[in-house]
Amino acid sequence: MAAHLKKRVYEEFSKVVQIPHEETPAKKLRLSKPSKSAALHIDLCKATNSTDALQYLLQFARKPVEAESVEGVVRILLEHYYKETDNSVRLKIASLLGLLSKTQGFSPDCIVDDAINTLSNEKSHQVLAQLLDTLLVIGTQLPESPALRLRLVEVAYKHLSDTYFGVRNKCLQLLGCLGMVDAPVGKENEGPGTSLGGLRDVQSIISDYFGDQDPRVRTAALKAMLQLHERGMKIHQIIYDQACRLLTDDYEQVRSAAVQMVWVLSQLYPESIVPIPSSNEEIRLVDDAFGKISHMVSDGSWMVRVQAAKTLGSMLQVSPHFLEQTLDKKLMSDLRRKRTAHERAKELFASGEFSSGRKWADDAPKEKLDTNTVNLIASGACGAFVHGLEDEMFEVRIAAVEALCHLARSSPSFAEKCLDFLVDMFNDEIEEVRLQSIHVLREISTHITLREDQLDTVLAVLEDSSRDIREALHELLCYTNVSTKECIQLALLELLKNLNKYPTDRNSVWKCLKFLGSRHPTLVLPLVPELLSTHPYFDTPEPDMDDPAYIAVLVLVFNAAKSCPTMPALFSDHTFRHYAYLRDSLSHLVPPLRLPGRKQVYGLDSVDSGPGSGSVESAQLFLQQSLNRVSTIQNLEASGAQDLLDLTIRDLQRLGELQTELAGAADFCATYLRCQLLLMKALQEKLWNMAVPLCLKQNVTATAAAQQILEETYKLEFLYSGLESRQVATIHHVRLQAKALQLVLTSVHTSHCERFLQDVESFQRLFLTELPHLQDSFVDKLLELMPRLSSCKPVELVKILQTTLRQSGLLQLRLPEQIHRATATIIEPTGESDNPLRFTSGLVVALDIDATLEHVQDPQNTVKVQVLYPDGQSHVIHPKPGDFRKPGPHRHRLITQVYLSHTAWTEPSQIEVRLLLAYSSSSTSLTSPSKLGWSESLESLPAAEAAVEGTIPFSKAVKVFIMPKPARR
Amino acid sequence: MPEIKVTPLGAGQDVGRSCILVSIGGKNIMLDCGMHMGYNDDRRFPDFSYITQNGRLTDFLDCVIISHFHLDHCGALPYMSEMVGYDGPIYMTHPTKAICPILLEDFRKITVDKKGETNFFTSQMIKDCMKKVIPLNLHQTVQVDDELEIKAYYAGHVLGAAMVHIKVGSESVVYTGDYNMTPDRHLGAAWIDKCRPDILISESTYATTIRDSKRCRERDFLKKVHESIERGGKVLIPVFALGRAQELCILLETFWERMNLKAPIYFSTGLTEKANHYYKLFITWTNQKIRKTFVQRNMFEFKHIKAFDRSYADNPGPMVVFATPGMLHAGQSLQIFKKWAGNEKNMVIMPGYCVQGTIGHKILNGQRKLEMEGRATLDVKLQVEYMSFSAHADAKGIMQLIRMAEPRNMLLVHGEAVKMEFLKGKIEQEFSIDCYMPANGETTTVTTNPSVPVDISLNLLKREMALGGPLPDPKKPRTMHGTLIMKENSLKLVSSEQALKELGLNEHQLRFTCHVQLQDPHSDADTLHRIYTHLKSVLKGYTIQHLPDGTVIVESIVIKVSSSTEDSNTKVLLLSWSYQDEDLGSFLSSLLKKGLPSGIC
Repeated sequence: MAAHLKKRVYEEFSKVVQIPHEETPAKKLRLSKPSKSAALHIDLCKATNSTDALQYLLQFARKPVEAESVEGVVRILLEHYYKETDNSVRLKIASLLGLLSKTQGFSPDCIVDDAINTLSNEKSHQVLAQLLDTLLVIGTQLPESPALRLRLVEVAYKHLSDTYFGVRNKCLQLLGCLGMVDAPVGKENEGPGTSLGGLRDVQSIISDYFGDQDPRVRTAALKAMLQLHERGMKIHQIIYDQACRLLTDDYEQVRSAAVQMVWVLSQLYPESIVPIPSSNEEIRLVDDAFGKISHMVSDGSWMVRVQAAKTLGSMLQVSPHFLEQTLDKKLMSDLRRKRTAHERAKELFASGEFSSGRKWADDAPKEKLDTNTVNLIASGACGAFVHGLEDEMFEVRIAAVEALCHLARSSPSFAEKCLDFLVDMFNDEIEEVRLQSIHVLREISTHITLREDQLDTVLAVLEDSSRDIREALHELLCYTNVSTKECIQLALLELLKNLNKYPTDRNSVWKCLKFLGSRHPTLVLPLVPELLSTHPYFDTPEPDMDDPAYIAVLVLVFNAAKSCPTMPALFSDHTFRHYAYLRDSLSHLVPPLRLPGRKQVYGLDSVDSGPGSGSVESAQLFLQQSLNRVSTIQNLEASGAQDLLDLTIRDLQRLGELQTELAGAADFCATYLRCQLLLMKALQEKLWNMAVPLCLKQNVTATAAAQQILEETYKLEFLYSGLESRQVATIHHVRLQAKALQLVLTSVHTSHCERFLQDVESFQRLFLTELPHLQDSFVDKLLELMPRLSSCKPVELVKILQTTLRQSGLLQLRLPEQIHRATATIIEPTGESDNPLRFTSGLVVALDIDATLEHVQDPQNTVKVQVLYPDGQSHVIHPKPGDFRKPGPHRHRLITQVYLSHTAWTEPSQIEVRLLLAYSSSSTSLTSPSKLGWSESLESLPAAEAAVEGTIPFSKAVKVFIMPKPARR
Repeated sequence: MPEIKVTPLGAGQDVGRSCILVSIGGKNIMLDCGMHMGYNDDRRFPDFSYITQNGRLTDFLDCVIISHFHLDHCGALPYMSEMVGYDGPIYMTHPTKAICPILLEDFRKITVDKKGETNFFTSQMIKDCMKKVIPLNLHQTVQVDDELEIKAYYAGHVLGAAMVHIKVGSESVVYTGDYNMTPDRHLGAAWIDKCRPDILISESTYATTIRDSKRCRERDFLKKVHESIERGGKVLIPVFALGRAQELCILLETFWERMNLKAPIYFSTGLTEKANHYYKLFITWTNQKIRKTFVQRNMFEFKHIKAFDRSYADNPGPMVVFATPGMLHAGQSLQIFKKWAGNEKNMVIMPGYCVQGTIGHKILNGQRKLEMEGRATLDVKLQVEYMSFSAHADAKGIMQLIRMAEPRNMLLVHGEAVKMEFLKGKIEQEFSIDCYMPANGETTTVTTNPSVPVDISLNLLKREMALGGPLPDPKKPRTMHGTLIMKENSLKLVSSEQALKELGLNEHQLRFTCHVQLQDPHSDADTLHRIYTHLKSVLKGYTIQHLPDGTVIVESIVIKVSSSTEDSNTKVLLLSWSYQDEDLGSFLSSLLKKGLPSGIC
């Protein structure tokens, strides 16, 4: 063996010496790899004591090893392993073996034998554990080999009786990861296992260790069982009792694992029947497990409590009777039954009395309780959530709230019951919990109708100073059902109060009222005269149209009126006027109404509300047809082609406006066609027929066109999401054309040509797979001529380019499935204010920015705020990552502050604020697929395309009036 | 049998004057040393003459442990240590040590300066007493002497409140002091590990109460205050200086912050300021929220709560005032109450229980006209609210603690007898453990069954382990051979060889011999051979040798054959075995007595 090993090593040595002579220096790096194992060998031989050897191994572990030399390294390590007397060195070697067998491209089956052999001779427990760990790694690397699997399981089984807990742990882990439930182990094993019952399957072996003396081993046994389950093995129900017993273990990690185990079993066998100890009754297993896990919510360790609370949320099969017990907590005072505050509130509501002053002894206990019936230790599920929601640790409370959410979503009656508790959570001391409970309430709000007193508590939170909380609450109100018209009034009142206190909430409040109105038209109806302050006999003064509160009321009323045709009759004249105005200015909040005698408005509305869902397909068809039409452009005369493009672009733009679903696609096409149009125009200048150097001066338009095309291509590439590599190739192609045009137009210089050729090369590299689709295109022709191009003079190159450009045709654009344009809308500042923001020059003023971003990927890194001062100065501000929130898919919200400053002005003036989308071409996701191992660094990559960085403005600029005053002395 | 004795000197079936004596493993410990609020005479303090009639207590007590700073748990401490005389160690947690002297000094001032009592402890005595205090940290095991060790656990209730685990050898007692199982705005919940004490001594103030969730109460309280402020009214909250006051302050402070409210909140009395300072310092003793956020801002550095000045009471506009004392019976809270009582926009919120006879109690019971001194009457028009904020564990909490600690016996103190009775029944029913509720001066004795630790030699252990099966089963007892040596207070289990060596004794061989008569017509040698083959077929897996000197040896058992003198057909078998092989030997003798089967050649 040893001789064989030596030979291998020397072979590798010789490799190092010989091959450099034969091959090119470019491959030097790869060839020096075997020297790693050799170096290791030398190092280890040099090592005089164990500390040194350990040092060498540690150093070695930091460096990566390539797949092909792993085996050599492993041999050397093993050789040293046999010789080594020091435990720690052997331990390190064992761990290195595990690390090495993870190397990609290396198949570890060749070292299995050696690893198993070393096991049998090893005396040190720690090293043994480490070796088993290595085997575990190997076993998981080779999932497809049942023979090996069986062997490893046997090994694990043999070492299970070790006295060291670590070894037992690893054995159990091995069993969990590799064992099969059906295949018995211990067959040819003459070990003591046979005396205890012959053939046994993995599961029963593992379950034996549920009673191990070491808690770590017990945990490992439970984890191994869970692992078995995760691998899809069927766990038998017999271990349920054992698992339940472990719920009362002294150690928290055991209890935590046991909770999971019980949960798994309850999911596997929900309907089987288990007896209740100390009685003759029997219940379903899932109910029993639910009760037991509920019990764990008041465990001593908070980790277990979190685990238990989380787990409860996913036990949906539990019977409603048990579920409702989790919210039950019988109150008593001096042995007399007391009603909870929730019950009292409900009764108060039922008796028709709203909010009473609380009297002394209002909660005085009523009936005397029989001492025997009071159950202090709640058996089973009793009050689990009451405990969980009152827990000391907010992690537990959050887990409990989430669990409530899951359970409530599947059971309406439970949702009704847990409402009070959730509303109570709105008052938690930690904002995260409050926010979470508001979200949860929103999610289950389809099941519930809020009572007045409950609504009252909910609405109290509207005054919270945290914007997130308020907006979450608005969102909640959008989905809430309320029971009476008083509720509507209450909600409106509170929302108006909210609006008054925090004017920035305007949009959110309006939106909330829109939904409130459209959800409860009949409840709004009786309130209308009061809300609009109309009077049967007298004309009332016309309210101020710019008052946000008045708009809020109108939004509520109009949305209710949509499904309540009798309502408009109650409107006064100015209301109709205001309707027309609001319908125009806030069309997303005010729905179209059928107003009597308002034909005009009605007519307009019908047009707007015309396109239904069916028209999406027709629009899609239209889009496709337009594109097809454009493809015939080659056959047309120059002027005809331009006209056609012009027309199509106009069509597409209009289509985008009409069909919001297709806006992205239509826009994308239009922009692309515009590029083509520009290119065409630039190429058709009459001047082109002249000698190139002569026309340079006159050719300003063409230069501008080339520049514009370049910009547009960047927009095309980075502003739209959902592009496939085909489209990206097309875009890059256009860019290449623009660059060629630029080259033709500008001075002819060697460096420019070289750069252009580099661009062409990188294009070829990037889009190798797409090249077949680019038949007959500019690039195609260019690549044909490539050998000639790279050697010819700049002047010649220009000539070739000129002709190729003119000859090449338009590239057909294929549309991807989904394409969206990134957009941003600045909500705040609105740009309507006439009052300048005054501040002392030289100091800063903070400007609040609130914007919504749609279809922006990774906004934290790409979105910037630009501030343009009237003197042309411009600042780009990077918002903090924390300023972005994600209220929905593809939607982001930016709430940030930018700091403005300037020297003194004599007059107030406007600055412009807009959002920019930053891009950099090097970050394009479509780089060549990385096939590099973990060892290769980036240097071996071909020189990357010089990164182009820039920004695209993608929101409308908002003007802000500011006035820096000179500092007073 | 060893015993643990527990004798309450105070707080036995009573609230107040907590003082419990525990004798455990020959050590005497005093748990708490409080005063009774209800008495002004000698009954105020525990009766220390129970311990000794004359002289100092130092000789009779090994240590004194104070659970928290409330006067009914520490009020008699200077009296005991300085006036009765005790020089041993006194243990309390750091916050208790810091706040306790403030309260004692305040208590002394009221009793001596206001009521004019003499023969009371002095300021110097308080200082001297505090010098004897040794501070404890949470979960720190403190060795009082070689055998006695104590460990403190978090108890909630008030800042620095602790439960103590007292351990002598394998016997242990847990004393809870006052504790709270539900967290509040400034403190966490009590926690103890599964220490399985012999006795758990628990308070039982709310033995018959299960309370509603804290959140409802808090929300109600905040809503009341908020509504009143919005109306432009003034809110008076009479509190006692420490504990609940801080909780309510935090509650209002965070609410003000959240809701962006501007109305001022005032806090009266200088005592609280000093105490607040300590709350700021002992952040580690507070709840999760405060601990997590104190780096940004210490929650006890109130932004909205300012010190109160007498003149502020007449300021226009809404305000909230915390004023002492809590039952409106005297002092600043009463003065403010008188000023504000006439306006129905104002409100008074009583956050705690009020003793009968105080104005607090009267207005809570709905009295609208109060008679003041000097025949004046006061119309009460303001709103009166009651909110219970109490920091004792309720019945469920007590049960929860029992489940956490898993004690073998339970002992209830600090509660009313009737209520204890109920809880006692419940505990015995649910946990099936004994529960005691001794009255003051009554001694409860609990016999313990302590395990005796024995050192075992490693070789012996390994040898016995090797004999056993492969599967570890910690639940099953196992028998093993060995010699127990008792030497100088230590017990050792060693193998017999080693024991002999250590004791310098020679080993005595003990052999049993017996004769078995056998009818066998063959010669001696043949019979022996027949026996040999017979045994070989019966005893598989044993080493059986047929030696040439005419003996068969099975393990250590020697078998010899000789013909009887009278009858040559009757063979006499001689069996001899050492006592270690008793089982096998007796089996063989009974086997051979049955005779040899005929089929053997």
